[in-house]
Amino acid sequence: MSTPTDDEPARVFIVDDHALFRRGVRAELEGPAASGVTVVGEAGSVGEAVAGIGHYRPDVVLLDVHMPEGGGAAVLARTRVDHPDVVFLALSVSDAAEDVISVIRAGARGYVTKTISGRDLADAVRRVRAGDPVFSPRLAGFVLDAFADRPGAAPPVDPEVDQLTRRERDVLRLLARGYAYKEIAAELVISIKTVETHVSSVLRKTQSSNRHELSRWATDRRLV
Amino acid sequence: MSSCDDGSVTTPESPREAGSTATEVAPEPAHRVLRHRRGAVVAGVAGGVADHLGVPVLRVRVVFTLLCALGGAGVLAYGGLWVCCAMEPAGTEREVDDRDRIRGYGLVALGLALALVLSAVGDQVSGWVLGPLGIALVGAAVVWREADGDAAAAGRSGRRGRPRIVAGRGGVLRAVLGAVLVAGGITVFLVGRLNVGAVQFGLLAATATLVGVVVLTVPWWMRLARELTAERRERIRSEERAEIAAHLHDSVLQTLALIQRHTETGDDDAPAVREVRRLARRQERELREWLYGERERPAGPEDAGEGAPETSCFGAALRAAAGEVEDAFAVTVAPVVVGDAAHDARTAALVAAAREAMVNAAKHAGVDEISVYAEVEDSDALAVFVRDRGCGFDPEDVPADRHGLADSIRARVERHGGTVRLRTAPGDGTEVALTLPRAAPAPENTDRTTTSEVA
Repeated sequence: MSTPTDDEPARVFIVDDHALFRRGVRAELEGPAASGVTVVGEAGSVGEAVAGIGHYRPDVVLLDVHMPEGGGAAVLARTRVDHPDVVFLALSVSDAAEDVISVIRAGARGYVTKTISGRDLADAVRRVRAGDPVFSPRLAGFVLDAFADRPGAAPPVDPEVDQLTRRERDVLRLLARGYAYKEIAAELVISIKTVETHVSSVLRKTQSSNRHELSRWATDRRLV
Repeated sequence: MSSCDDGSVTTPESPREAGSTATEVAPEPAHRVLRHRRGAVVAGVAGGVADHLGVPVLRVRVVFTLLCALGGAGVLAYGGLWVCCAMEPAGTEREVDDRDRIRGYGLVALGLALALVLSAVGDQVSGWVLGPLGIALVGAAVVWREADGDAAAAGRSGRRGRPRIVAGRGGVLRAVLGAVLVAGGITVFLVGRLNVGAVQFGLLAATATLVGVVVLTVPWWMRLARELTAERRERIRSEERAEIAAHLHDSVLQTLALIQRHTETGDDDAPAVREVRRLARRQERELREWLYGERERPAGPEDAGEGAPETSCFGAALRAAAGEVEDAFAVTVAPVVVGDAAHDARTAALVAAAREAMVNAAKHAGVDEISVYAEVEDSDALAVFVRDRGCGFDPEDVPADRHGLADSIRARVERHGGTVRLRTAPGDGTEVALTLPRAAPAPENTDRTTTSEVA
């Protein structure tokens, strides 16, 4: 993995079928509030995105979940093999569990909603580039819910990947409460590095768990 | 038809079946006889039986044909299996050998001929009975097949529309032909068996009975028709709704998100900007609620903002409270709810306390965003955390005349056996943690030290 140093700005590629939205995000990421990020290109369809990612080799792809021809998941499916070092951050107007979980399971390293401020978005971009998953409180809530052991939750199949450790649960709870990594570290009296490890492990479990068809669970959960 | 499941149907066909289901721990799903959808000569029964027994389909067809010679037993067996066995699911692919099919048609013709000829040369009663009745049976088979085929076609295309008994002009023709055959066969049978006067009487009696049955079952038919209509309407409505939701999702929600982003990057001090953001946020929330919210909610979207919406879930009530605070104070409140519980007086108190905490944060913290996290812990307790990253305060410095936290939050929750923890410091944001045991409290169990170790 050819991780660029943190001094270089993160090269971002925007994928969204709404031109207006792409322009807005671009303006924000190039504005003064968002330092350390440059937008190298954008795409309005799955095909354009696959070509553009291959051409520009960005560090981070901001990926819209809902697009014609398969949406963000299709882009992930078609580029992850050829460009494993490109990091995807899902950006969606939808807060539905179905969308969140599906794009995370397709390989995105994080999920933020489109109402996020430019500053926070730039921050999220820098964090995923550094290798940390970006869990919005909402995503943390979904994962907690999906891995809960109450009746009605998705039942576990493989205890190894289908259960969260107590510590991972604690970290997720604090994420859902709106804590930043630094604050979680202070709260749980562990290092930031350990927090990142826990979050990465939760992300991995979310992606690989087949706890009774996590995706199906998400589909059934229509709450927003 | 569905009550006739595998056991009763298949045991006569395969004596080994009874033993195998008893001994095998995990029976394969193929143990039911499922009529073939593709490659069927009449109704796919032979194919299903062949699959079930694991023998070539041709052999099964030959057996049926030979059985036809035994006083038409093959026809009866085939008809019985046809009625009792379900068709395999739509979309099942299988290879169809054309030669097999042609042989099948040949065997059908041969079987019918055998049945007719043998019954004709045999006992006269059997001949008279089976000849015309055989014709009636063929007619019934034609009509049944038509009904079957229509179900298959509808399943394949999945189009919406009125469910029909028969499909297309050819279908109508075949159905009429079948009906004529049935009527003809029965008439010939009756004419052959009875003298003319008796036939008249019989026809009269039969007609009268039919009319009686129809009259008696009118309410039932009406209800069936009504239910079908209602079901179709409901389906169309939900389909349309999904379409609208997808469209709004891709257009309006995107635009509202865009407006919020643009106003957020602007300066907060312009009141107009704040107002625009508040409106966009509110519109987004209401639209979302309407699109994806609880379906059984009786009221329209206008109702979501004001008053106390009647909800049955704790999570929905908390979201509604968050929405009210958003509207009133032009801040973003993003509630995340894990698990859910029934909404009652106790959870209502918790929601009211949480709302008060949100109001405090919106009023005093000086921030745009408030995090709300609620968790219904595994059957023990409800917990709500209201957090802001605002200016914070020193709890010791709160003037004595400010009752918000003491009365509205602490008293409310503690009255129901819950606890309140406050964590704040000047410049460090504020978090109010509310915990409420789920069961109604017995006085000893609500010992505060058990839940407030971080306080």
